[in-house]
Formats: sequence, C-alpha cells, structure tokens
Amino acid sequence: MALVTTRDAIRNALIEEMERDSRVFVIGEDIAGGMGAPGEQDAWGGVFGVTKGLLGRFGRERVIDTPISETAFLGLGIGAANAGLRPVVEVMFVDFFGVCFDQVLNNMAKFRYMYGGQVATPITVRTSYGAGFGAAAQHSQTLYALFAHVPGLKVAVPSNPYDAKGLLASAIRDDDPTLVFEHKALYDVSGEVPEGSYTVPFGEAAVVREGGDCCVVAFGNMVPIAARAAERLAADGIEVTLVDPRTIAPLDTETILDCVRECGRLVVVDESHPVCSMASEIAALVATSCPEVLRAPVVKCTAPHAPVPFSPGLEKHYAPSADAVEEAVRKCLR
Amino acid sequence: MDAIPSTLDAERAYRDMRLMREFEDQLHVAIARGNVPGFTHLYAGEEASAVGVCLHLDDGDVLCSTHRAHGHFLAKGGDVDALALEIYGKQGGVCGGKGGSMHVADFARGMWGANAIIGASVPHALGAAFAFRYRGENGVAVSFGGDGASNQGAGLESMNLAVVLNLPVLFVLEDNGYAETTASSWAVGGVPVERAAGFGMAAVEVDGSDVVDVYEKIGEGVARARAGGGPSFFHVRVPLFHGHYEGDPETYRAPGEVARLRAEQDCLTLFRARLLAAGRMSAADLDAIDEDCRARAAAALAAADAAPFPPQSALVTDVYARY
Repeated sequence: MALVTTRDAIRNALIEEMERDSRVFVIGEDIAGGMGAPGEQDAWGGVFGVTKGLLGRFGRERVIDTPISETAFLGLGIGAANAGLRPVVEVMFVDFFGVCFDQVLNNMAKFRYMYGGQVATPITVRTSYGAGFGAAAQHSQTLYALFAHVPGLKVAVPSNPYDAKGLLASAIRDDDPTLVFEHKALYDVSGEVPEGSYTVPFGEAAVVREGGDCCVVAFGNMVPIAARAAERLAADGIEVTLVDPRTIAPLDTETILDCVRECGRLVVVDESHPVCSMASEIAALVATSCPEVLRAPVVKCTAPHAPVPFSPGLEKHYAPSADAVEEAVRKCLR
Repeated sequence: MDAIPSTLDAERAYRDMRLMREFEDQLHVAIARGNVPGFTHLYAGEEASAVGVCLHLDDGDVLCSTHRAHGHFLAKGGDVDALALEIYGKQGGVCGGKGGSMHVADFARGMWGANAIIGASVPHALGAAFAFRYRGENGVAVSFGGDGASNQGAGLESMNLAVVLNLPVLFVLEDNGYAETTASSWAVGGVPVERAAGFGMAAVEVDGSDVVDVYEKIGEGVARARAGGGPSFFHVRVPLFHGHYEGDPETYRAPGEVARLRAEQDCLTLFRARLLAAGRMSAADLDAIDEDCRARAAAALAAADAAPFPPQSALVTDVYARY
C-alpha cells in the first residue's frame, strides 16, 4: 500500500465522494482561495492545503469560497443539507466556532428532533484543532468534547491517514450532521492508505496495540504519541493495550470497557482540558459500569486547565507528550 | 390607493388572513383559560405580510421563519389541525408535539420551520436558495425576520453572503415596533432599507397592513430572484395586536395604542372594505368565509385540546437518523 499523508488522504476522500455523488460540495473560507483577486486561483486550497486542486476538478459551482462569515456559510450549509445536498463545510480552526456555535448547538443538532423527524441534515463540518504551532490561545484549542455533549451530532477524531479518509467518507454519506476534527500535526503524517474509496464506520474503536497490563484510551493526535510511549514501556516489559475510539459520538463503549476489564487499569490521554472532557467521560464510563475491575485509580493525562500559550517554551509543555503518557502509565501501575 | 391587481387571488388572500385571525383569537382565549402549555407568540395584525408573500410561492419554494410563525405556517399551506395539535404538544402535531408553537414546520410544504433563536434561520434560507441554483431549479427562498432579528449578526452576515453569491432569496423584515419590550425605533440604528441597499440589494418599504402592497412589491422581488437577479429586502411595517408573548402585561406600550392599531391598521378590515368598494367580493361571500374560518379554527382547537400527548417512547426518537 502507498504511504499517503493525512492531508492527501482527506483530499482524496473529498475527490472520491464528489465524484460518486453530485450532491457533495465544499464551502469555506479560502477553500480554493483567490476568489475575486487578481492573482492565482486555488491560491491556498484551504489554510492547510487540504482542498488544493478541487477547484480545477470541480469548478466554482462545487468549490465555494466565502467571505469571513462563519455563521452565514455554516447556516447556508445547514439549509443546503435540509434541501438534500451534501455540503462539506470547512471551519478553518475549531476556535472559530465561537462565532457560529448557535448554528451547531441550536440548529443543525436540533432540526431532526424539534421538527419531529421531518427533515435530515446531512452536513459534514471539517475543522482543525490542536496545539504545537505557535498559534496561541485562539487558534490552538482541542474542543471536540463540546460537540459530543450535544445530542444530534456525530463527532469523529481520526488519528491517522487511513481513518481520516474513511471516517470523512462515512461522514459525508451519513444522514446526520457530523463533525470531523483534524489535528494540525497529523496533516503531514504519512500512513498506509489503499487506493480507491472505502469507509470507516462511526462508533467502532480500533485496538491499536494489544498488551494487557494497562488500558490506554487516546484521542486523535494523542494516539501516535501514546503509541510512542507504549513502545518505550514495552522495552521495559510493560505491555499496554491502546484503544483509539476514532469517533466520540457515537462512542464505542464496549471496546473500551472490554479493555478495562482485561487490564484492570486505565489511563486516558486527551489533548483537551481535564474538566468536562472526553477524559472525564471515559473515567465516568468505567466508574459507572465496572468499578470493581479497577486495581488502581484511573489516571487522566490531559492538557492543563489553561488556554494554549504562545511562547514555544511554554507551549511544548501544553499537550501530553510521550514522556507524560509513559509517566501516567507507570503511575497507574504503581 | 391602487386597484386590486387581477392576478391577486382575493378570495384566497382574505380566507387565509381570516383563518389566521380566527385561529389566534380563539387560541388567545384558550391560553387565557390555561389550556395551552408553554410560550406562544401571536401573529395577529401581521397577516397581510405572510399572505401577501406566500401568494407568490408554491410548495417547492422555501420559507424560513421566526418564533412568531403561525401565520407563516398557514400561509405556506400548512394544515390548521396539525398546527393546533402541535401548539398543544399533542400526538399528531405537525412535529409530533416535540416542537410546539416556536418550532412549527411543514417541510413537505416548504415551510422550514419556526425558529426561536432570533436571526438563526436567515442563513438557512440562503442554503435553500443555494440548493435551488445548484440543481438548476428556479425556486426562491424567503427569510422572515422581525425587527429584533434585523440587528443580529446572522441576519446581517446572511444579507452580505446572499449578495456575494447572488442567491435567489427574499429578506422580509416584519417590523411590528417591538423586540420583546424594546422599541425598534430605539434599537434599530439607521434605516433598514438603507442598510440593505448598502449591501447592494434592492430594498423597499412595504405597508404591512395592506395585503395588496405586500403582494405587489414582493412579486417584484420573487420575479427578480427567479430570473437570477439575486436577493431583495423588504421592510414591512406591521401592527402587533397582542403582546410579545401570551401573558405579556404589555406595560411598555402606550395607553390606547393597541386599540388605535386595531381601529386603523387591521389588514382584514382594510382589505374587506377594498374588496367591497371594488366589487370584487360581496358582503355575503365575505361573511360566509368568516363563518367558515371561525368553525374550522374552533374545530381544530377543540380537537387539539382533546387529543392525547405523545407516548413516552417518543422522548428519545428522532435525535438521529441512525445512531
């Protein structure tokens, strides 16, 4: 199989879905770039270059640049979805949901329910998240838990190119509103991705590594970091089972609970804040389902309850590192 | 005053407005008796706006509405019985009782819902309009908003985006003078039509107590949109015959204000007089419509009052299409 970056894998998913279904279109700020400007068209292909080249294939009818106006273009996407199209809306950074969260919280998540099942809203929203790029407090957050809290939404947090492509294809084909969270650090990460179209189902976790000494549940970019920690621990004779939920709404609780029952120990690794987070949710899931199997307290390995700092000297301590995961597992095993 | 245009279906216009008024007058009484749950915002006084707009639309066109939506629902062809059941939160309501007065919708009729977040539904009309153009259809989308919504970012952003993308959408600002207790004369900076013109779209003032004025001006906007001419804006001044919500003590209004509005700006009184003066309909015909609407409204509300609530199993259905 070819090695493909996450960026290219996501782009290939978009191309394949747009080719197989004429209802699919992409819309967002600078999603092609250069609209109305005197220079190059398709200037950016999105701020991370994910959608570069779509304009040449599909034209301005299906690749829609917008003004900086998240509420208006996300709302447009919701309306287009209600009308039966399959919009893929890019919200450049998850932080920008601060200006359009009403459309998520009170609109796309609620339509089906409050209108008594009359309508489906098959919108897919892609967004980037995560620290590590010197982008400071308003362009670096990890906020997927906010969305998982809201009934009516489905939320994917892929950790590798294969899943990023397959989960996005599933999201686009899904009749419910979905959000796909892409960590900035993963765009340049390569992995094996088969040729052609495929889907990865929502609600099915991946067991990335079998161990048995400690269950480690990690999300998104924390999966490769936890895998690195697992390698080091294995050299020391500690074998962890690493679970990647892949989607947090729906959440594959059975795979997580099976792993915890087997290991009797749990570490949750989450780049988000520790309060009301997926780390808290997994800990609560175990505490309410099978507390008797725990041989040690659950360890939450998370970012601090603080905004993301600018200074590289501070930011490097923000998200959990492989060192931090290793320490968390050792603490759980003590 | 202009003649009533021959294209205007006078009987339908009068009947639709009268049914709205009868329905809400009787609903008002039922609410006062304590028979209706939740919050209800009556449209009475504004009927000419909904009807004058919707005379130009068919089921394939889309309407996005506000929390004050009973009139929009009926004007777009929604069923009065299903509306009553929904307002009562009963089984068989148009949203299965899960939406209530603030979320009445009938997607099969292109009525995309009352939406109780002020301004939130405006960009959805853009989405409907975008979909029409994407598919090469000539449908139009109408966004109704109040004077409160006219100050919301969602509405203003949407007006800009509609111009930028040249979408077939009509923005209808129903200005009833108040956003809750706050006067639009105080809260709206500048002049609404000048704001809209500033975005680069056609914008006109409309007399919302005159269904003919609404019909004629909206007709130009619908024709423009269907012909690919992009969005238009309408500042429709309408009287508000009840408070913001049912139960509102309305202490913020001037003494005698509502009585004066009812006497001078009642769209039904004015239209009836015009129809009689023009010889378009007889008093007997109009009286028969009045009586018919009175009976239909009464039957709908009585049936809703007597209907059962939805089964408890409905609590968690329709959260997702599949999960």
